[in-house]
Formats: sequence, C-alpha cells, structure tokens
Amino acid sequence: MNDMRKLEREVDTKALKISARQCQVYYGNNHAIKDVDIDIEDKTVTAFIGPSGCGKSTFLRCLNRMNDTIDICRVEGDIRLDGEDIYDPKVDPVQLRAKVGMVFQKPNPFPKSIYDNIAYGPRIHGLAKNKAELDEIVEKSLRRGAIWDEVKDRLHAPGTGLSGGQQQRLCIARAIATEPEVLLMDEPCSALDPIATSQVEELIDELRTNFSVVIVTHSMQQAARVSQKTAFFHLGNLVEYGETGQIFTNPSDPRTESYITGRIG
Amino acid sequence: MTDASLNSPAASGPSQSLHKLDARTKKRNAAEARFEAYGLVAILIGLFFLAVLAFAIVRSGLPAFTKTVLDVEMNVSQQDFDAAESQLFKTKAYAGLFSKSLQAQLTEQGVTAPFDDAAIERIAGKVGGTIREFYRENPGQLGQPVSFELAAASRVDGYFNGRVTRDTLTESRFLMLSDLDLADALKEAGIVRNAFDWNFITGADSGVDNPGGAGIGASVVGSFFMMLVVLVLSLPIGVAASIYLEEFAPQNRITDLIEVNISNLAAVPSIVFGILGLAVFIQFMHLPQSAPLVGGLVLTLMTLPTIIISTRAALKAVPPSIRDAALGVGASKMQAVFHHVLPLAMPGILTGTIIGLAQALGETAPLLLIGMVGFVARGYPDGFLQGFVEPNSAMPAQIYTWAARADVSFYDKAWGGIIILLLFLLTMNIIAIILRRRFERRW
Repeated sequence: MNDMRKLEREVDTKALKISARQCQVYYGNNHAIKDVDIDIEDKTVTAFIGPSGCGKSTFLRCLNRMNDTIDICRVEGDIRLDGEDIYDPKVDPVQLRAKVGMVFQKPNPFPKSIYDNIAYGPRIHGLAKNKAELDEIVEKSLRRGAIWDEVKDRLHAPGTGLSGGQQQRLCIARAIATEPEVLLMDEPCSALDPIATSQVEELIDELRTNFSVVIVTHSMQQAARVSQKTAFFHLGNLVEYGETGQIFTNPSDPRTESYITGRIG
Repeated sequence: MTDASLNSPAASGPSQSLHKLDARTKKRNAAEARFEAYGLVAILIGLFFLAVLAFAIVRSGLPAFTKTVLDVEMNVSQQDFDAAESQLFKTKAYAGLFSKSLQAQLTEQGVTAPFDDAAIERIAGKVGGTIREFYRENPGQLGQPVSFELAAASRVDGYFNGRVTRDTLTESRFLMLSDLDLADALKEAGIVRNAFDWNFITGADSGVDNPGGAGIGASVVGSFFMMLVVLVLSLPIGVAASIYLEEFAPQNRITDLIEVNISNLAAVPSIVFGILGLAVFIQFMHLPQSAPLVGGLVLTLMTLPTIIISTRAALKAVPPSIRDAALGVGASKMQAVFHHVLPLAMPGILTGTIIGLAQALGETAPLLLIGMVGFVARGYPDGFLQGFVEPNSAMPAQIYTWAARADVSFYDKAWGGIIILLLFLLTMNIIAIILRRRFERRW
C-alpha cells in the first residue's frame, strides 16, 4: 500500500451516467449478482475491485448487455443509461453497445489490418461519409489510443502481429473509434507487462476527459492509481462504493478493510 | 527462501552423474523409441498399400487408354467402285478390296502369313461398311491412294495388351489361333500399331458387344452436373443450417434433438438415401429418371450431414473473443458472424465440403436405385440446362456397369474409368486447396 500518490485528488460531483437499482444476475440457478445499487458518474474512472468470482466482470458485462450472448444468463432489476432503461424491450443491444464500448481482458484484435481493426466500427455504424473521413477517424482513434506513432508506418500490417501491449491499446483505440459515451474495461492490463500497463493506465487517465470509464481490476494499486471512485464486490454483493481515497484509507465495511489489507481474497 | 534452505538436506554430495542414464530414464527412452518405431511402421504399411493400389490401377487401367489400329493404304479406282456398287453384297465387295490392299502391303514388306478373308474380318471387324461410306461421301478420293486407320477387334487388342495369350485363347468364331499368326505378321509389317484412344476419354458408353468403342466422357459430364447440383444445394443449405444451430439457435431440447439426428444421418447407409430419392423425387415428384438432377438431389441429402458437422466444428473453433470483439464495437450478431466468424471458419468449411463432395462423387449405390446404372448412355446432353435433366450415367455407375459386363474387355475399361474418376477427384481437391489458401488468415 505504498502507491497512494493520487489520494489527495480533487473530488467534484459530476453528472450521473449509469445508475443501477436492485440489479440481480442469475447463471441458471446460481445467483451471481445480488441487489446491486450503484451510480456511475460521467467523465470519471470507476474501478470495480474484489476477489475472483465476486461478480465484478459479470456486472460490468450487464452494462452493455454483453451477457445477452450467454444463454443461461438472466438479468433482473433496473439499469439506466442517461435515465433510459437499457433492458427495455425497445432497446436494441447493438445501438446500446455503440454507446457503451468495451475492452476485454485478453487483447482480441480482428485478424485483419490495423487500419481495418479501427475502421470496422465506424464503417458498420456509418460514421464516415468517405475514405478521407474514415482515414481521419482512424488516425484520431489511434492517437487517442496512444499507439499512432508506433503503427503509423504499417497501418496495413495485420493487427495480430503487434505485441501484447500494443494489441491492447489497439483494442482500446478500436473501442473509442465509434465515439462511445461509456468505456467498459474488463481487466485490460492483466495480460500486460508493467511498462505496457503504465502506458494503458496513462491512456485511461486521458480518456477520462471525454468518457465515463468503468474498469475491472485485480490490482488494488491500479485501482488506486487510475480511479476516482471505487466499488468493492464480494460474493455477488456490492459491499462498499465511494471515493477511491476513502475506500483505501478509511473503509467503512470490515470486509473491505480485510480485502485491501490482504486478509481475504 | 529461508524456508526452502531449512528443509533441504544438509550438504549432500552430488547424487548421481548426469553422464550416466539411470534405469528409469533408460526405460522411458526405450518406450519412446518403440512408440516412434510403431508409428513409422504404420506409415510404411500405409504407403506400401497405397503404392500397390496405385500400381495396380495404373497397370490395369492403362490398356483402356490405347487401342490397336490397322493402317491400311487403299487405292480404289472408279471401276472398282462401280463394280462394287453393282453387286448384291456391296460391303462384302469392299471388304474384298480391303483384303487385297492388305495382302499387297504385306507382300511389299516381305512378310508372309496364312491369309484368308474370314481371318481378316475376325481381326479388323466388318470394315466394308466403313470403306463404302467413305467413298460414297468422298467420290473425289477415287483413284487416289487413301490411308485408313481402322480399329482392330477387341480380342486382338487384348492379345497385344497381354490379356489374351496363345495358351489361354479358346478358339471361337471370334478368334482362331491361326489368326494370331496373321496378327503377329501384321505387327511385323508395321500395319498394326498401338494408338491413343481419345474415344475412351471423350466418347459415350457402347453396346455390350463393342468394348472397343466404349468411352467415359458422357458419364464424366453426368458426374459434373451431379456435383454441380450437390455443390449449389448442399453448401449454402449446410452452411446456413450450421450457422443457425451454432450461433443463433437457443440451446434446448429441440435443438439437441436436431443435433443428434444430424449426427445419425451422417452414418445412414447411402442405399437408404437412394431408396428415399426413388420414392420422393421420382415416384412422388415425377422428376425424370436417370437424370443428374435427381442424382444430385439424392447425393445432396447424403452430403448435407457431413458439411453441417464439419462446418459446426469449424465455427466452434473460432475463438469466442472474436465474437466478443465484434459485438463490443456494436456489430449485430449477423455482422459478427458474416464479417468475422465465417471468414475464419472458411478453411474448415471448405475441407468439410470437399470431403462431402468426394464421398458423393464416388457413391454408386443410390444411383443404382434412381436408374443411372445399366443402360447405354446416349452421349452428350444437348445443352447446359438439358445436362441436368437428360438421362445420363455417372462415373462410378459407369464403372460398375462395365465391371458387371460379361466381355472381359470391359474390365480394362472399368480400370481406366477408375483412373479418370481419381483424376476428377484430384482436380476437385486441388481447386479446394487453392481456395483454402486464399481464405486462410493468420491469427
């Protein structure tokens, strides 16, 4: 617990982006998420921490309805994005996912060129009218993904030929190319070395100016470094949610304290 | 670290030299060497049988591609022509002219042999008609030397191929022992020679009494149209069914039942599909008998399970992270499947398709039941569309028909047909490999 540099960051209240009330998730008969109430703010990095299997990734995947692809998964309760219920029958998950982008644990670039990886989202959503506009979107996304300088000379080389850290930044660039409002990150650094991790963390901090970022992480140091708000999950329950500084220095729940001091988890 | 050093035995010397193998290692290495040897032996046995098969096929099949021909120079004058035309048995007169020319040619070469018109007819067949036909159509050639290339009788063909020998020949009205002397003399004089039989590759089947004229060309065309039907129907239907089952269908009892049934269908004997085709396509739907269209439909039913099973395996092998990635940037399920999953599964799908098509190409049993076996094919279809509905045979059915005929000369044709069948299969495989190369991507 020696990395608390950002403890004294300024905290100001921002607009509400996502709010969940009484959210329940079942995998078959297994009750994976129980009664989760949470308010996620705009232009903020929110970290979900907790031991393995506590449901933090499951809950993250509820936020853009990625759990729809799992047959036995059932979501109950109320999750609202900008006040609109995202589980309303009228909502098309495709439209939702264009607004709520996602970066996965394992870098998963398409087996296509770097350019096509980025251009795929804008193409299917019709964000560019012509080739020049598309080029512009690709360049902008790669710059925001902090990978432009490394790949600008080989945009048509396959994305799978990059190193792990570069692939993950490519995936982040791909996720922001469709101009989402919320970016969900499921342990984006777990497959990366410390240098690539710090590059991605810097990137997350920059992304905060435009997006609401929700990140699931196993590393408490990482949560402390990059997030303004932290939520602690344990056995499917949201145990504690608050300012990152407060969670790490003065947790109100004994389970949170046990976890961050390393006694459970 | 400290724990580890506490538990280790105190200052024990080097246990055993690394330069000496201990008993366990020796045993393990021996087992490994044995296993390698088994594998090698298995592969060698496989290669041996493959070589024997290839040798047997080529050796027995090659005679089908050649025929024995007689080169005879004739010079028929106007008077000869008029004289022959005025006779009662006109073709016999021409045969006499032919016989005379042949004898002259033999004497010229200084070869003597027992000679009579009947023996000539047994060796060269009834040539009179052919010659008369030629001169009636080309009267301008009268009085000029014309060289004829005439096919020898199939038994003479067999004699020069080694299928018939002097010891095995049973004398009959088709061929006498003395005829063989004449045949040898003709060979010595350079009149009889071996020629490549284009008719075997391009021609249609012949009657049971004319093995020399039999060709596989028409049934190659029949097989081609059948494969076209199979490909056009089974690939889209099979791929669509697999995509639905694998990517869209909910996992429940009904889909489980469908899956089990598809797996079972792949193991159903082909003759069952044949009888189903007979009942449904011919007796109920009244589609034309012996048509490649019906053959193709039956073989489609047979090929579908193979294609569906291999396509599903190929789709399953695409990592789910690719689907997540596509859905994550807001692609619909269909876009994710068609833009990302399907291209990655394409090599596997093509492999399954080619296995299915190869199976269908070699299938004989269902064709027996829908009447593509056992008749003399008329020849080439009149046009592309007629190719689907006009009665035709298919290669395996044609081979089966030849092998079942009484005249042993057809046996050679059956072997030759197998060579053509294998070449057809090889061509299909090469096309599939080229396509697969184009679709293959690195991860």
